[in-house]
Amino acid sequence: MNGNQDVGSRTGKFTGFFIQIYDAFAFVMRFFKEAFVPPFHFKEFVRQCYYIGYKSLALISITGFITGLVFTKQSRPSLASFGATSWLPSLVSIAILRALAPLVTALICAGRVGSNIGAELGSMKVTEQIDAMEVSAINPYKYLVVTRVMATTCMLPLLMFYTAFVGLMGSYMDIHANEQTSFASFFESAFSSINFLDYWASIVKAVVYGFTIGIVGSYKGFNAGNGTTGVGQAANSAVVTSMFLIFIEEVIIVQITNFLRTGT
Amino acid sequence: MHIADNIATEEKVITIKGLYKSFGENHVLKGVDLDVYRRENVVVLGRSGTGKSVLIKIIAGLLKPDEGTVLVLGKNLQELSREEIRELRLKLGFSFQSSALYDSMTVRENLEFPLVQNHKNIRRSEIDKAVEEVIDAVGLAQTINQMPSELSGGQRKRIGIARTLILRPEIMLYDEPTAGLDPITSIDINNLINEVQHRYHTSSIIITHDLTCAKSTGDRVAMLLDGTFVKQGTFEEVFASNDERIKSFYDYNFIEQ
Repeated sequence: MNGNQDVGSRTGKFTGFFIQIYDAFAFVMRFFKEAFVPPFHFKEFVRQCYYIGYKSLALISITGFITGLVFTKQSRPSLASFGATSWLPSLVSIAILRALAPLVTALICAGRVGSNIGAELGSMKVTEQIDAMEVSAINPYKYLVVTRVMATTCMLPLLMFYTAFVGLMGSYMDIHANEQTSFASFFESAFSSINFLDYWASIVKAVVYGFTIGIVGSYKGFNAGNGTTGVGQAANSAVVTSMFLIFIEEVIIVQITNFLRTGT
Repeated sequence: MHIADNIATEEKVITIKGLYKSFGENHVLKGVDLDVYRRENVVVLGRSGTGKSVLIKIIAGLLKPDEGTVLVLGKNLQELSREEIRELRLKLGFSFQSSALYDSMTVRENLEFPLVQNHKNIRRSEIDKAVEEVIDAVGLAQTINQMPSELSGGQRKRIGIARTLILRPEIMLYDEPTAGLDPITSIDINNLINEVQHRYHTSSIIITHDLTCAKSTGDRVAMLLDGTFVKQGTFEEVFASNDERIKSFYDYNFIEQ
């Protein structure tokens, strides 16, 4: 390759990158344009809520319970060295509600739901089912993307609270076994350390993560390459991109929450 | 122009002028002109990769042309809003090469889907009646509760055609309707295409490289080579040509079959 071709190729890649960014931005903006204008596909939205929410419960239950249990077990030696094991319920509840529940729920859903959306829409794209919808005068973006993004955005906060509850139950079991703390005093101690901002920050996080999982999965599916490889790549890319964005969003939201909490 | 049963009229339903389309450096369509008359079946013949499917995808508004005008039922596609294109698509039926059946739905749900989504206040009895009519038209009433994965290739094509018929289109676009089918099933599909034309009074563009399909379904054949139509007319007129490219296409098909 000569110098000019090299420059041309690099310019092409550079332009291509910005075209992709623009494309993704336009895809996201289209959601806000289409989501609040009729027709609404309520039946499909409920169906997606069932698949995204209810069908995730088993995995979320196991993961949430183990997270609470293990976090408590890992924290006990450090607190015991200060003779402060009575602080365990407060520590665990703050950690679970502020950080672990939103993040664990989002990562589980990015893996389970994000990959599913990416693969399903990718498969529909390569088998021309999305084109078939379009030529039948049905808006595939509205029917497939808006319903799924709405469902992930609505379901994530509910799943997050469920994860927090199950995580606290895991923690309670360990604390009850070791410190013989009663159920009532565990939850009284746990909730006394949580304030209004903690609840709201977690809800905002879950909403943002839910939107990210839905929109990234849909975007990757809608832009899947041809063949089975394209579908596999769409599913894989949906998970990787969602998780990457979730961590970035986590940092930003934590910074904002800390600023609101302490003013610094 | 030879028109089967003289049913075609002089009213143009599709007019294409100076159509160009490229994908990067690959110039697929290089100045395509085509008229389709009401109740006429036009077959677009050509080798794989010559832009036949691209042409009907442009007509259906799935792809945008680089240059040229496409008038469908008197409306210029490039000047239509998204809502106007949606309304126009209610009058277009598109039969995909892969059938494109929704694989998470049963045959009944596949057939109902376009109707339910486009007519929100339609009654259950009207839906059932429409489904019954189109599934009878393609002769597959026994498959109504099956999943697409349980159907044969020919059955999938038929259900795909039935799904487009449920919206009562004025224009049918068939993308390789006999591709991948055995000769007997191909004949069935060819007969179905003719039956659709007679029963639903549709005008059609049939994309194919199958000469049997072209001969049995086409009122007119248009030969697409190197991005332009090199010859149009009846099947016999087109293949009476001295153009070596057309002759070799005929010989190739003959040898293949």
